[in-house]
Amino acid sequence: MSDTGTSTQTGLKTGPIAPPLRRLATRLFATLLLFWLMLNGSISPATLFTGVIVAGAIAVFFARDLSFLSGFNLTPEGIGAAFLFIGYFLKELVKANLALATLVLTPSLPISPAIVKVRTRLTDPVGRLLLANAITLTPGTLTCEIRGDHLYVHWVTARDTELDAATAEIVAEFERYLEKMYG
Amino acid sequence: MILEGVLDTLGALSLLGGTVFLALGGLGLVRMPDVYNRIQAGTKATTLGTLLVLLGAALIVPSWSIKLLLIMLFLMFTNPLSSQVLARAAHRAGVPPVASKDCLAEDAEDLA
Repeated sequence: MSDTGTSTQTGLKTGPIAPPLRRLATRLFATLLLFWLMLNGSISPATLFTGVIVAGAIAVFFARDLSFLSGFNLTPEGIGAAFLFIGYFLKELVKANLALATLVLTPSLPISPAIVKVRTRLTDPVGRLLLANAITLTPGTLTCEIRGDHLYVHWVTARDTELDAATAEIVAEFERYLEKMYG
Repeated sequence: MILEGVLDTLGALSLLGGTVFLALGGLGLVRMPDVYNRIQAGTKATTLGTLLVLLGAALIVPSWSIKLLLIMLFLMFTNPLSSQVLARAAHRAGVPPVASKDCLAEDAEDLA
């Protein structure tokens, strides 16, 4: 997503707010095991055994390197926000497609594209990834570049090219949920 | 038996809806004026279209649903990401957008 230079500066959680390594490892282990079991679609002893061994080894050796996977705010508030985010996201995705359908089916093709600049308050790299993805899948917007705290968004039907107005319209609603999820 | 019929019908409708969106995405690719608008048309339609097709498959064959759910998750993470990288690469390579205002190009000049 971002330039490697900026992502290492802002992305890694170090210093006093960094969660303890053991908790990172536990979360990573749980995530990996869950994905493994879903991928296999069974909880037979052999599958479970392999999963526990491999997920355990990865969690022990790579907990620090993969800590970006563990930034999720695992509290009732964070989980609730995640469900609201998914609901809002799916609604926006359907709206985006209906808007696109009307656009391409209108003979005059009424577009007014612009690349606008918006600001984000999120610092967690996965939080930013989700924000950029969510923007890309919502009506008429596509994230093109991220530099520092600013995202550059291509907007098919640009209504306002000013930074604050565009931020309010494109980013604010998603950021409300993502801040709780990756606060 | 009745439940199976209902699921089959819902699944078929979902598959149909998915293919309609995919077709509209294809139409968008042809009609849009430049690479950025084309990426927009391509991304949204393929994401929702593929999600609906996978949902349809899950309704018709419920035993696949967990795996299909995982595929949907991966798709939602990676599909927009690839579009963003394509758009960024196009802009860095200097493809001019058909646009009333291009903040990215303005800021790039400031930095240079």
